[in-house]
Amino acid sequence: MPIVPLRKMTKGQKGIIHRINASGELGRRIRDMGLVTGTPFWVQGRAPLKDPVAIRVRNFTLTLRNNESDFIEVEVEEVL
Amino acid sequence: MNPRRANLIALAGNPNCGKSTLFNAITGGHQHVGNYPGITVEKKEGYCHLNGNRLKLVDLPGTYSLTAYSLEELVARNYLIEDRPSAVINIVDASNLERNLYLTVQLLELGIPVLVALNMVDMATARGVAINCEELGRRLRVPVIPTVARTGKGKEELLEAAVQLAKKDVVWEPLHISYGPDIDPVLDRMEAQIRAAAFLTETHPARWTALKYLEADEEVIRKGRQKDEALSGKLEELAEQVSEHLRKTLDSYPEAIIADYRYGFISALLKQGVVKHSNKADRLYLSDQLDRVLTHRFFGPLFMMLIVFAAYKFTFTYSKLPVEWFEAGFSALAGFADSFLPPGPFKSLIISGVIDGVGGVMGFIPVIVFMFLAIAFLEDTGYLARVAYMLDRIFRTFGLHGSSVMAYIISGGIAGGCAVPGVLATRTLRSSRERIATIVTAPFMNCGAKLPVFAMLIAAFFSAKEAQVMFLLTILSWVSALAIAKLIRLTFLRGPSTPFLLELPPYRLPTFKGLLIHTCERAWQYIRKAGTIILAISIVFWALMSFPGLPKAEKKIYDEERESILAEASQPTSPEANPAARLQEVDYREAQAALKNSIAGRIGTSLTAISFVNGFDWRTNVALLSGFAAKEVIISTMGTAYSLGQSRRGEEIPLSGRLAADASWTPLKAFSLIIFIMLYAPCLATIACIIHESSWKWGLFSLTFNTAIAFLLSALVYRGGLLLGLG
Repeated sequence: MPIVPLRKMTKGQKGIIHRINASGELGRRIRDMGLVTGTPFWVQGRAPLKDPVAIRVRNFTLTLRNNESDFIEVEVEEVL
Repeated sequence: MNPRRANLIALAGNPNCGKSTLFNAITGGHQHVGNYPGITVEKKEGYCHLNGNRLKLVDLPGTYSLTAYSLEELVARNYLIEDRPSAVINIVDASNLERNLYLTVQLLELGIPVLVALNMVDMATARGVAINCEELGRRLRVPVIPTVARTGKGKEELLEAAVQLAKKDVVWEPLHISYGPDIDPVLDRMEAQIRAAAFLTETHPARWTALKYLEADEEVIRKGRQKDEALSGKLEELAEQVSEHLRKTLDSYPEAIIADYRYGFISALLKQGVVKHSNKADRLYLSDQLDRVLTHRFFGPLFMMLIVFAAYKFTFTYSKLPVEWFEAGFSALAGFADSFLPPGPFKSLIISGVIDGVGGVMGFIPVIVFMFLAIAFLEDTGYLARVAYMLDRIFRTFGLHGSSVMAYIISGGIAGGCAVPGVLATRTLRSSRERIATIVTAPFMNCGAKLPVFAMLIAAFFSAKEAQVMFLLTILSWVSALAIAKLIRLTFLRGPSTPFLLELPPYRLPTFKGLLIHTCERAWQYIRKAGTIILAISIVFWALMSFPGLPKAEKKIYDEERESILAEASQPTSPEANPAARLQEVDYREAQAALKNSIAGRIGTSLTAISFVNGFDWRTNVALLSGFAAKEVIISTMGTAYSLGQSRRGEEIPLSGRLAADASWTPLKAFSLIIFIMLYAPCLATIACIIHESSWKWGLFSLTFNTAIAFLLSALVYRGGLLLGLG
């Protein structure tokens, strides 16, 4: 399965978190919100200015800035 | 070790889990809101009675975790460790179990007696999620009680269980989780060393301290170094070895592995019979359907403008009438004092110093109440998170946060707001640098008190283009606020932006009780904290404007003038001139002379040494000085300085005509003054709020920095205009 950064994903696309490259405060916040390796999620949408991105994970909606989603590598089911 | 606090129960949970609602349902009106010492995190305490026992409840700040990164997390953690409540009620959102249990696991690892309130079970049921509470409780080894905070369902059972737990007087029993072959052996070694040396063990469980060393938790390591430098060094070295090993073998680090195993523990916990999904999970619910419209690319911003405008209208329209009552009340009080007190400095102190000062504080209350109602509504429904989501891209460019917009709008981003509630509205901002930058720049917006001053100047010099100039001023205030926010974030508040990672909670209808409690608390806090500072400083200002008064010899000249007018008027052959008007004219000239001779007048005169750059004479300077007490006072002080009489607030003054006819005034000078007034030091009430919301340092900063910016830009406008031949 191809691996892409979260930023590259499109609306409605599903994926499983492959790796999180952030450490320090950002890394900890990402994990605190339930994003760890192996977590499935899908892209719910983007803000009107294309940034931040909203994802649906563990039954809630989380939004992240594009420059934060760069640190998240995702195994996507298929390239749309 | 602090003694165990019997009947002290803490409430912990994620943001948006219904914690505050449950707290309100349990304590009702019996609560008290303050701040934790020295910081701006709110501390909520309340009481309730159960079977004759008086229970004290503390609502800890909502957190996702118990790390040391955010102030809220640190506060919550330190409260649990240091104040050692006899039980912690952990509120868990039933429809969002996995992520909420992440905090639960950390509480259990700390060892504190926990019971879980499985909240919003009704919502979970509606979503087709059935949770077996008994089984979950058995696996977690803590009581799990289903609750619905909105209706208060389950709160008695919850409290009873909490009291049962508190009575047991158990020793803290930390949960052990396996963190896999790389971490576990080291963790055991560290734990043994910590136990042997009784290192921090009187307050922190040994294994927990070891875990925190592995997680590189700055706060715990700092405490450890103070306690035992040598052992702390050894532990840090062990942690570093694991870290190095993990980097080489797994290209990961301990923190990440620990989080992975915690989530692993949670999913194992929820498997086999704890959670049942009766219909397809993750389908679109009403809330998501609403979001399809409310955060839509095109309709989203459109609705946002409407909703924000409505909140603004609500705040300032409905507060208008009570504001007028307050004002009428205070002028009646002033009138009463006027007729009862003998003339002299004491009367002047009571009327101009105390009554005006207190009136100034109280006058803001209706606006604050309505602003908090509007903001609390938007926040509790979950809409404010959407506003931050939609606007973050723009505000981030200027080093701010999507949530900064509310503070700007309320402060006067739509002309006519007020910076006092605006500064208070930054409470919804969780990231500290962005929050301070918002607080300092929000007062640049054109508040309702600057408007009459602008209107007076516009009527005098730009009467043909009133609407265009007002619009230009609104744009200018936004541009300056954003540009200066950026400047501050690049200099005084330099540093990367705080991670955004914002949850969009499902839309919910807030409870009326919650809104009401929330709002009253805030208003009361404002009266207490801001009130004292404002009263003190308004007395100082009164003294500056009134002392030392005119020398006796000069006073005598005016008295003689008045006597001669009266003498003339008593003659039957007196000319047709109206003696009352002539007397008033003398009074006005005397008031002007007294003002010029006052301390403020002298400061204003000496400031002309600098302010000539902007084109301001002593009259303008003294008016600007008085405007620090409240911006609308600028008009009445200018009136006095131009011998037009010092009218009380709201009275018409022919100042506009006087300035227009004055040869020393030009449209350019007026514009330079408008720019100065737009940007200079926030008024007293705002500064008091800035100090309350941040620190003395930032209060003084906004006073000096904003004035410096105002001086520079207004000088630039004036001198630039003169060069271009606009003067």
